[in-house]
Amino acid sequence: MIRFLLLRLVKMAAVVLAIVVINFLLIHAAPGDPASVIAGQSGAADPKFLAQLREQFGLDRPLHEQLWRYMRGVLTLDLGVSHRLQRPVAGLILERLPATLLLTGAAFAFAVTAGIALGAAAARRVGSWADSAITVLALGFYATPIFWVGLMLVLVFSVWLNWLPSFGMGTVGTDLHGWALVADVLPYLVLPALTLGLFYMAVYARLTRASMLEVADQDFVRTARAKGAPEGRILRRHILRNALLPVITFAGIQAGQLIGGSILVETVFAWPGIGRLAFEALLARDYQVLLGVFLCTSVLVVLFNLVTDLVYLVADPRMEAA
Amino acid sequence: MRAFWRNRGAAIGAILLAFVFTLAASAPLLFPGSPWDMAGAPFSPPGEDGFLLGSDSLGRDVAAGIAHGAFVSLLVGAVSTVAALGIGVAIGAVAGTFGGWVDDAAMRFTELFQTVPGFVLAVVLVAIFTPSLGSIVFAIAIVSWPPVARVVRAEFLSLRSREFVQAAEVLGRSRFSIVLRDILPNALGPIVVLASLMVAGAILLEAALSFLGLGDPNRMSWGFMIGQGRSVIRLAWWMSVFPGLALFLTVLALNLVGEGLTDALNPRVARRR
Repeated sequence: MIRFLLLRLVKMAAVVLAIVVINFLLIHAAPGDPASVIAGQSGAADPKFLAQLREQFGLDRPLHEQLWRYMRGVLTLDLGVSHRLQRPVAGLILERLPATLLLTGAAFAFAVTAGIALGAAAARRVGSWADSAITVLALGFYATPIFWVGLMLVLVFSVWLNWLPSFGMGTVGTDLHGWALVADVLPYLVLPALTLGLFYMAVYARLTRASMLEVADQDFVRTARAKGAPEGRILRRHILRNALLPVITFAGIQAGQLIGGSILVETVFAWPGIGRLAFEALLARDYQVLLGVFLCTSVLVVLFNLVTDLVYLVADPRMEAA
Repeated sequence: MRAFWRNRGAAIGAILLAFVFTLAASAPLLFPGSPWDMAGAPFSPPGEDGFLLGSDSLGRDVAAGIAHGAFVSLLVGAVSTVAALGIGVAIGAVAGTFGGWVDDAAMRFTELFQTVPGFVLAVVLVAIFTPSLGSIVFAIAIVSWPPVARVVRAEFLSLRSREFVQAAEVLGRSRFSIVLRDILPNALGPIVVLASLMVAGAILLEAALSFLGLGDPNRMSWGFMIGQGRSVIRLAWWMSVFPGLALFLTVLALNLVGEGLTDALNPRVARRR
């Protein structure tokens, strides 16, 4: 167990290191180095001032020295400065991170619970209308752009029916705490979380269905039935538990897509998370912020993968041997 | 081929796809003139003022935009898939042919690109290299090659030890020629299936990029139109509904065709269903 974890951590560190290097190279490929941006903003673009700024930022040093400097900066959470807001990028991201985690967490929880429930229902009655509905639903969501789903939900539930707010995260101008805050934010969370979660719900439902049908044919299920275990118990303890393994694997693989999708969903619903931050940075061509978001989302994916590994380990102790 | 047409979903998909192709090809005839030009009063609902699908906030014809946008979607989908196939086949073939540490390094590299959130990377790439058809195709190819590399590597590994490959080795043919003339043609089936699904993915990615304002500024595209409709959805629902429907039908058609191809080229899996 400890060996497995250590191996995982080493691999994780290597991936993060590689991502930091890619990020550094991308910063260099971005048009306009920080010195010329600052010089342009202060209105003094004379070459002497530029050279001085470059020296101050170490931009006149050889590339590998700059990389070293950058990596040391990342370790101390120094991701550069946003030229648009004149604030450190790391602070901006940390400020917005909770909103994104709330959104993706809610979407993921919805997708997993609804997906597994639907999949299990479909597997129990193969060929029923619920079963074919899931197949059609999955096919549909595979083909629908997530931002369009969001817009259509806004159209139906906020414009036509006026049931739910269409943008933001809480009533503007209120200072609420505790349960009042939760009650205020919740209606705002429903549509974005649904938008982000519906596609994955369809995916997990399909996976659960296929995997349950496969497990249901196996010998140990027949044994359980033969020894007279109640049907509900067989379904929960014997079939579902084993059938969930591929779902967990898939959830880990799709973490990156979920977080990428949150950029689009946050843009549609003006949800104040890092996706919205990335969109604003995009409009202002604020590359430092954009790359900070890229680094942050990559690290989130790596962390999420570690968590799914741990969950897998708990769900299936045999993994350790592999 | 007959197996493909017998599949009802695949046939519907193929017909839909043919329709989108025709629309893209006949856009200059059906809607002559630039889709960017003002054609009437802004915010005309569908059916009024001579607009079949309404007009947008600048009086541009939504139907014309959809017809012209079909071309961009199909073009970006096809070209970036070809580019991604190129990268993926090259890396997968090298990994599968040489094995050992080369294989190890290639697979770590592939894993890295599978871990990084693809859409975020694509956004960053297009933003840095300024939005254009070229940079969009490049970014989509960069984030969508890993599955190809994995499939090609797996195919190569299983084909490498087969008898006809060993026979070619005995005949003294060069490794390069064996890879190109014996192994690659036999690995084509899974690659074709993957490619049809990748075109669908690439079209969705392009739409998402242009929705965020990262489309080619000279080309009308569906994602851009939906992005324009986002802020005025209370006023003009048709601006985002119709381009989205076009996108949905095109991608659905490609997915249906892809599934049909899987079943036709992989009868063993199909029969099990």
